[in-house]
Amino acid sequence: MNIVVCVKQVPDTATERKLRSDDKTLDREAVDGVINELDEYAVEEALTIKEAHGGEVTVLTMGPAKASDSIRKALAMGADKAVHVSDEALHGSDALSTSYALAQVLKKVGFDIVILGSESTDARTGMLAAMLSERLGVPQVTLANKVEIDGSSLKAQRLTDYGFDRVEASLPAVVSVVEKINEPRYPSFKGIMAAKKKPVEKLAVADAEIDAAKVGLAGASTEVVDFADAPPREKGQIVKDEGDGGVKVAEFLASKKFI
Amino acid sequence: MAEILVLVDHVDGEVKKVTFELLTLARRHGDAAAVWIGPGYEGAKDKLAEYGAAKVYVAADEELTSYVVAPKAELLAQLVAERSPAAVLVAATGEGKEIAGRLAVKTESGVLTDVVDVADGFVGEHSIFGGSIVSHAKVSKGTPIIAVRPNSTAPEAAPSTPAEEQVSVTLSDAAKAAKVVEKVVQEKGERPELTEAAIVVSGGRGVGGADNFKLIEELADSLGAAVGASRAATDAGWYPHTFQVGQTGKTVSPQLYIAVGISGAIQHRAGMQTSKTIVAINKDPEAPIFELVDYGVVGDLFQVAPKLTEEITKRK
Repeated sequence: MNIVVCVKQVPDTATERKLRSDDKTLDREAVDGVINELDEYAVEEALTIKEAHGGEVTVLTMGPAKASDSIRKALAMGADKAVHVSDEALHGSDALSTSYALAQVLKKVGFDIVILGSESTDARTGMLAAMLSERLGVPQVTLANKVEIDGSSLKAQRLTDYGFDRVEASLPAVVSVVEKINEPRYPSFKGIMAAKKKPVEKLAVADAEIDAAKVGLAGASTEVVDFADAPPREKGQIVKDEGDGGVKVAEFLASKKFI
Repeated sequence: MAEILVLVDHVDGEVKKVTFELLTLARRHGDAAAVWIGPGYEGAKDKLAEYGAAKVYVAADEELTSYVVAPKAELLAQLVAERSPAAVLVAATGEGKEIAGRLAVKTESGVLTDVVDVADGFVGEHSIFGGSIVSHAKVSKGTPIIAVRPNSTAPEAAPSTPAEEQVSVTLSDAAKAAKVVEKVVQEKGERPELTEAAIVVSGGRGVGGADNFKLIEELADSLGAAVGASRAATDAGWYPHTFQVGQTGKTVSPQLYIAVGISGAIQHRAGMQTSKTIVAINKDPEAPIFELVDYGVVGDLFQVAPKLTEEITKRK
């Protein structure tokens, strides 16, 4: 089984994240990058599938040189090898062009199953898996909280607003998993050491037959017009409970016509 | 005026409130044309008329809802090609965003997700990085496809008599690749859905245990509110994960958000910072949640919350 797991390096959500004033893209220099935590569930699911069905887990990431930290993390968890798409031409790619670039790479490296986290914690578009499915012409089995593979057939539970759908499809497929589908493993010391020797293939846009005109800021189909710090909320009233805190909140709610 | 397609969000004919928000937004920028996919239109048509749909495209074929997402995108892509709408609006739910994504690929159009408002020229407003930055973005290629965060626009009724048009699409094989073999509706109880609720009451680490969430539920029920939980509470197993509000959980934007025993770490703020009015009860006066509140009580939640519930019930 050829399992590809897509991971993204994102700014640590615990730090203050900023946009660059020049080209209005995420300031990746200003903050510590970490693996998107929702992707750790995808890595774990990929490793679980490999353990049950055999095969190989390839980590795929697109991003600047620093993104190799996230690749190492996934390799240390147990993935076998990695493909790192990195090129100045990709800087500023939006969701549509990112999906194009990744689809080109996936066509090149091949796959039986592509697994992603449900969204990234920085852009939070939640669209990439669906876009990859559309571009690759393979089934979309997304927002899964349970995935079972039997031969070339795939069964999953897809979370919905009303509960869940039971979904069936055939491989190859694109899968996205939600938080808590599993408990991502911590890399062992042995895993961390082994990760240093695992192969990481570096690809520039030309290597993956990515048309440079369709990616990056120039190829983007959306444009950030402006941005600013959110206006601070007006300072609210804070009282200490002297036995009357509940009543005071009720009075506040009544003054706002909530009750 | 140009037509703006609004994909109706419904569960077996029961229209979600976000649809009325989308119709309201669409009317500000053009003629709202609702797109109904799946069964149940007859029972819902009056609601769409009430909120000002000028037209309804009805695609009732059950095949469209028998597969994951792709058929809906295929139908919308056909409408975009045939009707050249000025924009397409969908709800920024898990599925809505996926439909938007596939539609963007099919129509080679730019897509904006999780916008909280739409200005002239289809400029979308985003509240990003846990609400710390407000940004505006627009689509520079194709038909603007915009996924709008539920609860970010107040729905306004504007009764109309929509023209109805039956539409259909011949699905590609690729759109039929992931089959929905069963829809499992989980009992939600009486409470409103978290992302749609006008009022949300959430409990966090301070609640201290699963049993104590009864206090949160009682407060929520006194207000007709939905119940949420912080990551600390769901990770501890005190409340189901599906109710998690925050960076990696649900994003809510209610009229009133009451945080009980929640410190207000960035992880949590990312999911609730665009709430209109925020109230917090926390014993720690230094808790960051107090930076956000309109009204805060420093005190023991086990004292304050039950009294608040009692007072609200008394005033009804």
